[in-house]
Amino acid sequence: MAQLKSLADFEKLRDEITGKRDPNKPCITICAGSGCIASGSPKVADAFIEELKNQGLQDKIDLRQTGCHGFCEKGTLVVIHPEHICYIQVQPEDIPEIITETITNGNVIERLLYVDPETGEKIAHEQDIPFYKYQDRLIFGNNSKTDPKNIDDYIALSGYSALAKTLFKMNTEEVLLEIKKSGLRGRGGGGFPTGRKWEEAARISSDIKYVIVNADEGDPGAYMDRSVLEGNPHSVLEGLIIGAYAVGAHEGFIYVRAEYPLAVENVGIAIKQAEDYGLLGKDILGSGFDFTITVHRGAGAFISGESSALMSAIEGQVGEPRPKHIHTVVKGVFDRPSVLNNVETWANVPIIIDKGADLYASVGTEGSTGTKIFSLVGKVNNTGLVEVPMGTSIRDIVFKIGGGIPGGKKFKAVQTGGPSGGCIPEALIDSPVDFDELTKLGAMMGSGGMIVLDEDTCMVDMARYFIDFLKDESCGKCTPCREGITQMLGILNDLCEGRGEEGDLELIEAIAEVTRAASLCALGQTAPNPVLTTIQYFRDEYEAHIRERRCPAGVCKALFSYYIDPEKCKACMICLRNCPVDAIIGEKGQIHVIDQAKCTKCGTCFDMCPDRFGAVTKVSGTVPTALPLEERVIQKGK
Amino acid sequence: MEIELAKVDEVVDKYKGDEGMLIQILQDVQGEFRWLPKEALERVCKKLSIPISRAYRIATFYTAFSLEPRGRHLVNVCLGTACHVRGGSRILEKLEQSLDITAGHTTPDQKYSLERVNCLGCCALGPVITVDEEAHGRLVVKDIDAILDGYE
Repeated sequence: MAQLKSLADFEKLRDEITGKRDPNKPCITICAGSGCIASGSPKVADAFIEELKNQGLQDKIDLRQTGCHGFCEKGTLVVIHPEHICYIQVQPEDIPEIITETITNGNVIERLLYVDPETGEKIAHEQDIPFYKYQDRLIFGNNSKTDPKNIDDYIALSGYSALAKTLFKMNTEEVLLEIKKSGLRGRGGGGFPTGRKWEEAARISSDIKYVIVNADEGDPGAYMDRSVLEGNPHSVLEGLIIGAYAVGAHEGFIYVRAEYPLAVENVGIAIKQAEDYGLLGKDILGSGFDFTITVHRGAGAFISGESSALMSAIEGQVGEPRPKHIHTVVKGVFDRPSVLNNVETWANVPIIIDKGADLYASVGTEGSTGTKIFSLVGKVNNTGLVEVPMGTSIRDIVFKIGGGIPGGKKFKAVQTGGPSGGCIPEALIDSPVDFDELTKLGAMMGSGGMIVLDEDTCMVDMARYFIDFLKDESCGKCTPCREGITQMLGILNDLCEGRGEEGDLELIEAIAEVTRAASLCALGQTAPNPVLTTIQYFRDEYEAHIRERRCPAGVCKALFSYYIDPEKCKACMICLRNCPVDAIIGEKGQIHVIDQAKCTKCGTCFDMCPDRFGAVTKVSGTVPTALPLEERVIQKGK
Repeated sequence: MEIELAKVDEVVDKYKGDEGMLIQILQDVQGEFRWLPKEALERVCKKLSIPISRAYRIATFYTAFSLEPRGRHLVNVCLGTACHVRGGSRILEKLEQSLDITAGHTTPDQKYSLERVNCLGCCALGPVITVDEEAHGRLVVKDIDAILDGYE
């Protein structure tokens, strides 16, 4: 591969690549994101390769293994272009039929189509599926069109054109102004204006400066950064190089979680390919600008995603935060000015340069421009990654795109912002989602995790889950965070285990206040959010735990027992055979009874009892006495 | 315990003896041995001319490192929020029961190590576990034994 030495070289290459591509040539795209890989996409891809060869079609049909399409619930996803026919949950055995029927004969295979659960309608084209239809995929759209391991795919979609424009047609001031005008705010959680951050770093004179991609996506339940980095790594690299040019940095770091092996692999390949083309390294495209990137793998510590902690980790130290009296843009990695943004923020940069700040800012709300990718997970039908303009309502995201709650259950709340975020109840479901609105509600944007909770979720348990998480992840350096979280967890454990007392809520609120005010970094400062928002919006549930020793959602094990309703039990032996501790007494024709002394409340019987019987139930308080043995007989005709 | 120190040397040399890359070096060393033997840590520190306490500080701070030998297969149970609300903790309980160890430990026959992780980023498939690199999703308790039986 020849190195590109000038703008003309780059434009020539781009024209060559696009010239070779026929937009009407059939192309099969297979999602190769982590979700679909777990659902078996590599086997589907192998089957396609083999079948195309068998039918002698390998030169007539393009096959592309792309980044994450986002509709992970329905993986493995296959989309056939140019018609955009979308097949869901594709298995290797479906492939010969797809090639013969769809590719050769041009027929749609009905059984592989998405069925709208509301209307029962089968939908053939990707863009008509409600999950996709209501999205605005500015950042994420190219994921499904490109092979992340092939830089040419990115260049064919005008990739690196924004970089070329920056290097040859804009000076650093113009780039800074454009980013400022776009209104871009950091997608990693804080929502700090990116342009201001860059400007501060640019104004400092220092011969060494750094730019950093924070890909230590630690919020449990959030995986959009992973999918962008995995699925379209060049968009992040391009943004990073533009940022480096704007602030005057020549070295960059990408700090990525080791739990994301595919992201590590793809970003490594992308860097190598960009270097080979001369888009990275010395004298990029002959512009005189030098820039190199090093990848650091994280080693499993949530706190390392905090900016100053991440910078310590890059230095090879323990990833603990430090006081930020002096901002990291002034003194960051090795005490040099360092600009850190998360993956999604960097991926926005080329789009802003390409489209222009004004056009970019026309999407979203006044205070929060552009789009945001959410990871819509939990108790929702269409789990996946969802990109919408800022300001879209929670209702639209959960119901229009997410398709509502599975199993006919009732929506209860959404949890946003990860462990530092909060729970938003049903009454506020029409709130628009942007940085400022979410903060007003006591939650926060965070990196964009949106976990849907239904009536079977206990809010006290939810708060305990996050506090337990934060207790593990607090680095322990400062006392308010270390002790405050530990004490809050102790109280929440008491509540969940039936030892709650009057006054506990007031005490936890007082501890929360101190933790928030006195902790060193954002982990401790925001740790009380999950507790405070659940108390604020679901106080009655807390009170039920304290006053009635009852868990209304039936989650806190100490506060309920499993019970087999003798009226409903058909003595089918399913629960009995599957009980891991042999706690169920009974036999064929004899109504089953749970031995409460042996029961570990694992819930297997509850899950296994066929829905048409529904005999296993959860009861609070005293369990009804079992029928005497002679009465445990299934009566015929009942 | 005898370990091949040449492998350690290779890793340190790959990073040109840069002590700033200590975390990456330890990850690669662990990649070789599946855990961090004391002899390996001593060798790394000697080659980098840093005190052994620094390596131990890193190795005990980050959850990815293990100072105990690990089994042939590493089972990671996702307890991220999405998996939690879909019953991830029950999957963990079942694994603990079937393997007869608690999370963070290795079975006496060295076949399995069990770890809890905060999010594997496969939230749509929750609850999810990985065995080595392979993900198993949409799990219910009764799937677990069959999965465990599938590894040698």
